[in-house]
Amino acid sequence: MSDVLNALVILANFVIVPGLAYGSQLALGALGVTLVYAVLRFSNFAHGETMAIGTMFVILATWGLQSAGIGFGPLPTALLALPVGIFAAIILCLVTDRLVYRYYRRQKASGVIYLIVSVGVMFVYNGLIRFVIGPRDQVFADGQRFIMKAREFKQMTGLNEGLAIKTTQAVTVVTAIVTVAAVFWFLNRTRTGKSMRAFSDNEDLALLSGINPDRVVMIAWIMTAALATIAGTLYGLDKSFKPFVYLQLLLPIFAAAIVGGVGNPIGAIAGGFVIAFSELFVTFAYKRVVTYLAPESMAPDTLVQFLSTDYKFAVSFVILVIVLLVRPTGIFSGKSL
Amino acid sequence: MSFLIGEEMVCGYGGADILHGCTIGVEPGEIAVVVGPNGAGKSTAMKAMFGMLGLREGRVLLQGEDISHLKPQERVLRGMGFVPQTNNVFTSMTVEENLEMGAFIRRDEITDTMQQVFELFPILHDKRAQPAGELSGGQRQQVAVGRALMTQPKILMLDEPTAGVSPIVMDELFDRIIEVAQTGIAILMVEQNAKQALNIADRGYVLVQGRNAYTDTGAALMADPEVRRAFLGG
Amino acid sequence: MSNSVRNLSLFALMALLFMTVGFVQSWDVSLTLLNMCIISAIMALGVNIQWGYAGLFNVGTMGFAALGGLAAMLVSVPPVAGAWQAGGAGIFGGLVAALLTVAAGVYAWRRTLHLGRRRYWLTGLVVLLGYVVMRAIIDPAVEAIEAVDVTTSGFLGGLGMPIILSWLVGGLFAAGAAWVVGKISLGLRSDYLAIATLGISEIIIYFLKFEDWLTRGVKNVTGLPRPVPYEVDLKQSPVFQSWAGGLDMSIDTAASITVKLCYAGLFSVVLLVVLYLSEVALRSPWGRMMRAIRDNETAAAAMGKNVTRRHLQVFILGSAVVGVAGAMLTTLDGQFSPPTYQPLRFTFLIWVMVIIGGSGNNWGAVLGGFIIWFFWIEAEPIGLWLMGALTSGMAPDHWLRLHLIESAAHMRLLTMGLVLLLVLRFAPRGLIPEVKR
Repeated sequence: MSDVLNALVILANFVIVPGLAYGSQLALGALGVTLVYAVLRFSNFAHGETMAIGTMFVILATWGLQSAGIGFGPLPTALLALPVGIFAAIILCLVTDRLVYRYYRRQKASGVIYLIVSVGVMFVYNGLIRFVIGPRDQVFADGQRFIMKAREFKQMTGLNEGLAIKTTQAVTVVTAIVTVAAVFWFLNRTRTGKSMRAFSDNEDLALLSGINPDRVVMIAWIMTAALATIAGTLYGLDKSFKPFVYLQLLLPIFAAAIVGGVGNPIGAIAGGFVIAFSELFVTFAYKRVVTYLAPESMAPDTLVQFLSTDYKFAVSFVILVIVLLVRPTGIFSGKSL
Repeated sequence: MSFLIGEEMVCGYGGADILHGCTIGVEPGEIAVVVGPNGAGKSTAMKAMFGMLGLREGRVLLQGEDISHLKPQERVLRGMGFVPQTNNVFTSMTVEENLEMGAFIRRDEITDTMQQVFELFPILHDKRAQPAGELSGGQRQQVAVGRALMTQPKILMLDEPTAGVSPIVMDELFDRIIEVAQTGIAILMVEQNAKQALNIADRGYVLVQGRNAYTDTGAALMADPEVRRAFLGG
Repeated sequence: MSNSVRNLSLFALMALLFMTVGFVQSWDVSLTLLNMCIISAIMALGVNIQWGYAGLFNVGTMGFAALGGLAAMLVSVPPVAGAWQAGGAGIFGGLVAALLTVAAGVYAWRRTLHLGRRRYWLTGLVVLLGYVVMRAIIDPAVEAIEAVDVTTSGFLGGLGMPIILSWLVGGLFAAGAAWVVGKISLGLRSDYLAIATLGISEIIIYFLKFEDWLTRGVKNVTGLPRPVPYEVDLKQSPVFQSWAGGLDMSIDTAASITVKLCYAGLFSVVLLVVLYLSEVALRSPWGRMMRAIRDNETAAAAMGKNVTRRHLQVFILGSAVVGVAGAMLTTLDGQFSPPTYQPLRFTFLIWVMVIIGGSGNNWGAVLGGFIIWFFWIEAEPIGLWLMGALTSGMAPDHWLRLHLIESAAHMRLLTMGLVLLLVLRFAPRGLIPEVKR
């Protein structure tokens, strides 16, 4: 019996808990991608860099707060700095839209032009990040490191295996729930949110109904910037801030958005968790779990791992490929907010 | 001088003109129907009058005021409503949200208007929490008309409201449209089903190649043997 | 007329830039630049075939180039007999198992239409089983191979054939990968291709980085054989000595320049062949059809053109050209080092080349390749000089000055991004615009 429990605790410690945190981060990122797609109708390649640059603003603000001696008790100071970072990212996105995207919108440019333009924006952002904060790692998580340490868990339960929960993991999940709830409340309950859905559903009819497209686009960017900054900051807190890592997050985020059905917010969230858990389940070494569950004579001598962790990005790609082959519209098909 | 009138309209897409000086008007409480063969410019005339297509010549007057330069959204604010032929509902939104979006430009309380729409189309009240995309063709058209009525327009323009619905549904839709007209709203519609439409029309326009061919009351047009032979199939 | 004068003067200007570098820095530097420029131009031609002819957005150029590099390594390196003995059979068996798994998966998928939802599970189970079997066969082989002379080898080696053959093989490798990606993502929304290419290139590069038995991974494969003479041999050849003696330079420089000129000659031949073929294709009925599809997909489809098939064709062709260029790049480097392929950064650079040069125009792509590579490399000295000049008023250890000089290197990406955005906005047709036929 305790063998089964021990096996479960290993899974929880190395897959479930990290998966919930990582899934929340991907979900928030995919939500931003989906929002831009639903309203502006292109896949925003600059989204990863938007996350990175928003996080950079948060880090700068965090440093400011820390040097002023302001902290957030056991929680990371970055949470206090978050509004500042979000605000800066919103300004940046709105300026980018005014200087770059608006022109193509007026031209009614094709989606592929937007794609290239967004790649250009991505590199400008990337250059800005390197210019301001440099290409190096930044660890900016402070406060208490663990909510529950592995040792405490063992003492509490008397099991062999420990279950550790990092503060950043809990913060990630809670923040993600609050953010997602706010986004859905906005889209489904407020007049402005509904007008965004209407615009995404049927642009011509929205115009006939007197919905102002410029306003809808502006709000879409504000939400995207906020979501990107939150997602980026949570990821940075949980792991660490490396500018180029956010580029690599682009693939899982796109995969999450497409798995769920691009343009569909519920799909984006589901997709985020699908990708995160697949990645962890496929690259997890089950050796210790099997050792607990199987009779001693059958104890494995390999890692019992489907795919080495080096290939975790391949997992999102494979899922993406399967979705494109089997159901290109995504699990929650349909393009609408 | 009509309540809404498009005078001597000349316009088209790209280089070629489709309308060559046609005039269409409608009075409050009256149903005006535009019929004619395919390619006569019926839908083009509607688009021109609603400002979705620029006029090369001629003008559009609303209550005697020249509104030719106004954008469609501004015409909505002046009391004009438009129901496009296709893609005329927000498919992913509920019936109620569709109506709400119809009233987007209004800043005042809209519950009364919504109640009126529900009285007019009782089925919409039953289905108000359902996404419009899940409704039948006829119900969708009701949502589309209801959406346009939410701005409390003085004139409602419909582009082939009965396209693709069954004859029974068509009759019911026409009944509703008569009811709408009886509330004092001017109705201008383009119809493919010329006979049935002229039956309910106070005024009928027969367009041929972008020009007015016949203009009279609906009943008179129905009685005109030439019109019957050429356009109504005998 | 005036157009061709303009185009010619643009190329003349480029030549002048190379001469300037030759005189100011050195001819060695200038030729190094030239060789890289030619390779960039070929890659740009490949991307131009996809984007300019057909409007396909490929974000995975570097992945296809890396496959070309892999080909160069696999063709030229001599086989490692010990490794083949240790695990050759295992690897072969693994490959067979992988092929069988794919076949079984496809078979299961096709034959279980009537099963409804259980179809997904059944196919998944078949693939999973096949995968486990494959791993069971291949894993011990990989371990055995990687244990053979870890410090110097630890991989299977290649075929030991002339490296120049690999230029074709590289094209084939890239074409194969393009076929798979294209099959999956073409015919769907246009951004799916972009995302899928982004994914495949990341995976190719990860694969090359971590599959040591095939590529030595991050340990790199150095000392690939060359298609041109070695400097050392040149310097010892009496003919060369007497020839170089007549020139006004040291024998070291003469040898190095001769080698680079040999490369430049070989590369130019490839460039001219690709350019010639691209031009012929562009002017042919096929090229006209591609443009028709690009400009109005719906109309072309209505006229009975199979848009998806044509797109697949053009996507494969373009990727093959990129693969060839990738093989040439590795040949020039003389080593295969997977970690140097930075998926997005260089892909992006190629894109800037095509768009600045003039998408849809092959000469434009070539010019763009030259200009952008030239400035990408020369930006560093220019940027440093600029930052130095800008901050010359500040104290030498002022924090801002230090920060600016330190960040000068990062300015390149920013500048390229800005250049791309500006060109797209204000001169979307590029330096040598597409000729309307």
